[in-house]
Amino acid sequence: MNHRCYFDHNATTPVLPEVLGALTEALADVSGNASSAHHFGQVARQRLESARRQVARLLGSSDPKDVVLTSGGTEADNLAVLGAVRAAPGPRKHVITSAIEHPAVLGACGRLQREGVEITRVAVDSSGRVDPADVRRALRPQTVLISIMHANNETGVVEPLAEIGRIGREAGVLVHSDGVQAAGKIPVDVEALGVDLYSISGHKFYAPKGIGALYARRGVGIEPLFHGGHHERGRRPGTENVPGAVALGCAAARALDDLEAETPRLAALRDRLVRGILERVPDSGLNGADAPCTPNTANLFFDGLEGESLVIALDLKGFAVSTGAACSSGAIEPSHVLMAMGLSASRARSSLRVSLGRSNTREDVDALVDAVVAAVQRLRALSPTYATIAG
Amino acid sequence: MSGGVDSSTVAGLFHRQGVPIVGLTMQLWNQRRLPELSPEGATGRCCSLDDVYDARAVAEHLGIPYYVVNFQDRFERQVVRPFIDEYLAGRTPIPCTLCNNFIKFDQFLEVAAGVGARRIATGHYARIGFDETAGRYQLRTSADPAKDQTYFLFGLTQEQLARSEFPLGGYTKTEVRALAREFGLPVAAKDDSQEICFVPNGDYAAFIDAYFEEQGIERTRARGEIVDREGRVLGEHAGVHRFTVGQRKGLGISGGEPLYVIATDAATQRVTVGRGPELLRAAVTVSQVNWIAIAALKAPRRVRVRIRNKHIPADAIIRPASGGRVEVRFDQPQRAVTPGQAAVFHDGDLVIGGGWIEDAG
Repeated sequence: MNHRCYFDHNATTPVLPEVLGALTEALADVSGNASSAHHFGQVARQRLESARRQVARLLGSSDPKDVVLTSGGTEADNLAVLGAVRAAPGPRKHVITSAIEHPAVLGACGRLQREGVEITRVAVDSSGRVDPADVRRALRPQTVLISIMHANNETGVVEPLAEIGRIGREAGVLVHSDGVQAAGKIPVDVEALGVDLYSISGHKFYAPKGIGALYARRGVGIEPLFHGGHHERGRRPGTENVPGAVALGCAAARALDDLEAETPRLAALRDRLVRGILERVPDSGLNGADAPCTPNTANLFFDGLEGESLVIALDLKGFAVSTGAACSSGAIEPSHVLMAMGLSASRARSSLRVSLGRSNTREDVDALVDAVVAAVQRLRALSPTYATIAG
Repeated sequence: MSGGVDSSTVAGLFHRQGVPIVGLTMQLWNQRRLPELSPEGATGRCCSLDDVYDARAVAEHLGIPYYVVNFQDRFERQVVRPFIDEYLAGRTPIPCTLCNNFIKFDQFLEVAAGVGARRIATGHYARIGFDETAGRYQLRTSADPAKDQTYFLFGLTQEQLARSEFPLGGYTKTEVRALAREFGLPVAAKDDSQEICFVPNGDYAAFIDAYFEEQGIERTRARGEIVDREGRVLGEHAGVHRFTVGQRKGLGISGGEPLYVIATDAATQRVTVGRGPELLRAAVTVSQVNWIAIAALKAPRRVRVRIRNKHIPADAIIRPASGGRVEVRFDQPQRAVTPGQAAVFHDGDLVIGGGWIEDAG
């Protein structure tokens, strides 16, 4: 194989050289504990707060103090969901979420359910969108939190978050959104969206793994997950990861600067990819085709084959793509997101996610289309299921 | 690659020869299911995260591409469910053969071809040859008789044999472990796996109970009588699926001569017991026969027949019977001929064919 092309940016992204520079500089030069009173501590604190302002700008927050730095998206989601619900008063509590959330939100809701909290998981339509009217109908007097993701990790479908934010505000219910797949890909303005809590993860936009943030609007009570010192205004005890924060801030600034140029470039590449595949591969289609979508993501089905085999075949040719979310062993269950959109288990299993990023070029995309066409042809020639469908 | 010594050594052998290979692990069963069956510290279970971890470590050690493929749905449908149905019908099934026929040498072969592999190699102890005269692929027993696995491979078709390799067929287990050490494989000292991979500690009755519990299936008539051949009631039991022909333990009948299960009947939930000699059968009918060395059985033939994995093949004559069945007549009556088990026909180290034991006459 000549070279490897990476088309799995929704799983993670490589660290940008500029971000790497900021990270190593901070690791080498900023040695203090940001909570210390002395000069070393003050230098670290300045770098930390400067990074926090950069993150706040990316999210459209006017108050950087609302940004809580975390270890990543999963922690931010858990802090938001567990923290906000546990801090809410009342003996009976109810949470509204959706069927297509990331496991970090679904898992946290599952935990709350075992603690006696009632959970409503609203459905999505065939395009993968939550109907805000369903959220409104699910409201109860005991509802303390609505948690609906901003953009889906598997399909890229963007949810009607502003309308959901309005519903929450009108009802006096907190709104959280998992923005891990949105931040850096589409404009985010937590104030305009009217959300109270918003999670992001650095490594989805070219910062390193192990750093993320939760936007928590001033006045929103959250019970911390950890117990210890008063770091992050008591919401996230633990000595601050200053180099990680510096890298996150740098990546946030770059994402904001480049969004205007990168969005149409990625969308054009994505459209070229989808058109190229759909024109040349019969019995294929785009999942979530009728909904607004992040510019970099395409989720395609290929009837009569296993997406898993397609991923392996493409990897052996040097193209890294995925079927969606991978479980810890590396084997894949049919996607809960695609199943919630009404796909059959076999069509869900035949699906492939391509997520583009900064490094991808037109030539890479054309090479990927050729490789997909060839691999699908071979897999289908061997598949008894496809013979049945086509026959 | 199961993460065990055998398939890891296969990878090592090819790697040493410079043959380009891809490592694949089949995820067949979710070990997080039926947690009541896995007490703390339970080991030797297939498809666990530990096994995937081990297989990945071997692939990394050899520097080969490696992937996990998920066959859980198909495994449950084509191996686990039939396994349970057979027990409930009073037979004693062999899930490994179903897995070989429908998963390993079917779907797995298809996936391997799909990702560009011309052939698959597994860690089975058996040998594949080609008979130029007959134009047929042959299956032969392993060089290590104690590890021979042809009993589970009798269902392989010519096409499946043509696309498979069993590189360990000429080695003993001791030699395989030595090779694994020589290759520096991290699993060289790992314990052998148990017989039925998805049933912890071999307690299939507990597995069936837990599976029904999980599926919310209410079972009727899970009780019955233990009787002798004259129909005298000697005791009670909690379901025929807990018994297999030849079984002595767990009958709960004390005193007198040792008694063995000689038959089970799912319809009446009756377990019939008798003394040792009553277990002997001189003939057996075998159905769904797959022929390997020959295209079909046209005339009676003298062979040796294996009726259990650890059974020493017994001299017998096989004859074609109606509906593609085969009638087996042993020279010496055999103990515990068990419906649901396989009968595999041998000529020396050659596997002629095999099928499923229907009933014993």
